Amino acid sequence: MVTYILRRLLWAAFLVLVVSFLTFVIFYALPSADPAVLRAGARSGNQALLESIRDTLGLDEPWYVQYAKYMERLLFHFDFGFSYRNDASVREQIFDRIPATASLVLGAAVVWIAVGIPVGVVSATRRRSWIDRIAMGAALVAISAPVYWLGLVVLYLFADDIGRFPVFKGSGSYVPLTESPAGWFGSLLLPWLVLAATAAAFYARLLRGNLRDVLSEDYIRTARAKGLRERSVVWRHGVRSAITPVVTLLGLDIGILLGGAILTETVFNIPGVGRLAFSAIRGADLPMIQGTVLIGALFIILANLVVDVLYGFLDPRVRVG
Amino acid sequence: MSADPLLAIEDLRVGFRTDDGLVQAVRGLSLQVAPGGALGIVGESGSGKSVAMLTVLGLTRGPNAEIAGEIRFEGRDLVGARESELRAVRGRRIAMIFQDPQSSMHPFYRVGRQLVEALKAHQTMTRTAARERAVELLALVGIPEPRRRVDAYPHEYSGGMRQRAMIAMALANDPELLIADEPTTALDVTVQAQILDLLARLREELGMALVLLTHDLGVVAQVTDEIAVMYAGEVVERGSREAILTAPEHPYTWGLLRSIPRLDRPRGEELVPIAGSPPSLLAPPSGCAFHPRCPYVREAHRRVHPQLDPAPGAVVHDVRCLLPATTRRRLWRELAAPAEGGAR
Repeated sequence: MVTYILRRLLWAAFLVLVVSFLTFVIFYALPSADPAVLRAGARSGNQALLESIRDTLGLDEPWYVQYAKYMERLLFHFDFGFSYRNDASVREQIFDRIPATASLVLGAAVVWIAVGIPVGVVSATRRRSWIDRIAMGAALVAISAPVYWLGLVVLYLFADDIGRFPVFKGSGSYVPLTESPAGWFGSLLLPWLVLAATAAAFYARLLRGNLRDVLSEDYIRTARAKGLRERSVVWRHGVRSAITPVVTLLGLDIGILLGGAILTETVFNIPGVGRLAFSAIRGADLPMIQGTVLIGALFIILANLVVDVLYGFLDPRVRVG
Repeated sequence: MSADPLLAIEDLRVGFRTDDGLVQAVRGLSLQVAPGGALGIVGESGSGKSVAMLTVLGLTRGPNAEIAGEIRFEGRDLVGARESELRAVRGRRIAMIFQDPQSSMHPFYRVGRQLVEALKAHQTMTRTAARERAVELLALVGIPEPRRRVDAYPHEYSGGMRQRAMIAMALANDPELLIADEPTTALDVTVQAQILDLLARLREELGMALVLLTHDLGVVAQVTDEIAVMYAGEVVERGSREAILTAPEHPYTWGLLRSIPRLDRPRGEELVPIAGSPPSLLAPPSGCAFHPRCPYVREAHRRVHPQLDPAPGAVVHDVRCLLPATTRRRLWRELAAPAEGGAR
């Protein structure tokens, strides 16, 4: 088990290397704004200033030299460099914003699990009933609705500043948990619901399908023949098996979103990693782009590892020696 | 059959509504099982034997199922019983084991835990007591080192051990009746015999009744006193083991007997398969259900549905056949004749 995890971590390091290299290459291969011009802003007509900016940021060196220097700082000092735009430490900027993204994503995950799983189970056990039809119809709508649209609609309806029924905190109201738990909770309610809607629908459909298959398994018949209550049959024997792919998906979804829930963060103006990445791309701020991409990749790789280890606990047949 | 059967099924009909029409899986089944008795139900897949027995436990109920007739267990009706009453019977009074022990146990739970679950479904007992009992049960069914194996997962057991564990689970609450649905079909031949021995021994020791479903007459010959042969959802012949094995009167039973190899027959004797294939249960044949495959079919057999009548002169032997009894006996003597020749 330990060697397995070690091997996976080595592989992860290699992947990070590849991802950072690709980001660098893409940045230089594709046309983008000149970072020096953006940095100079209104004074970009001043050639001398541009020269000095290029010199300070190392932009006049070939890209592979820049890459080598960047990787050296990253690997030996865990230093992500400094923003082209305001010289702020990329590492600090990202780490400052992780709590907001984590709050959004983990809270939403709680919501989509709490909704998706019961709905999936009820739909699977009462197939073709009106409750199943309503649930699956709603799921289809939720899956089809893009986050930015759904987000704007709920803001228009329920936000306390612009909403028709001003009952929830609106856009830009994010308060860190450490400052005010109640404010944190209130400000994140709408974003949680919006981010969770699609996932809840997806999970409900996935679980419904899986559970329907599992409930026709022989061991479910055995469980019934034992005289167990239907509730135990469905939950302890059925859901226990049908949940495994759902757990896999959950790990990956959380991993992906922790790297930045760009759309939700933007619509609700939450200062998270996603918005940081978005503004970095618009500002051609390579160090910041690199940093957010790497953090995102790291979360995804970690999530994969956690899922694989977890799988061994969920299914005794795949346990690694 | 004794006056007070443990299980009495009377004119049971089970159908399932499908998009293609009503599948008539069981069409007027009647049979009895005496307390402590052993009945073998023989039939091909699709003969309705499994559906009938699952219906006894109420496991075929569903929005698309049509169930009519009577199932009385210890005098109580099970067809109209509420789900909660049935649950008190399942696994407690009547237990059931299935064909494939591999897929019949939950792959994610330890064997011991699944045994404990069976115990706790019907009895209040502490965890340690239940676990102790689980170890005892594994020992009872002949699993070596039960104290260690109780914590293993099903995939760590061999096929035979898994079926033993299934039997242990079925015995957890001392049932009056054990239904074994093709319990040896998925197992190696050597293991098959062990499992059959085990079932026979347990039946003796625990005094429980046994219903053994199989497509293999050789299997029922080993462990049951009575045999019922099912075809297209109804019993076509039933009687004592001796009657069915030595003096069968239904052409389908003849076909079954002649299609299996037997040690008491001369070597090299040809096995004779039954021509044709099992009938569609969406539209069962008119008249005698076996007529499309029967070598002795006569015109009237296509229209007249035979009743299950006592074979003349026999004590416990009923046959559902339109051929005259004398003709049937003559035909069987002719079919069985080479055996006597070979034994010379």
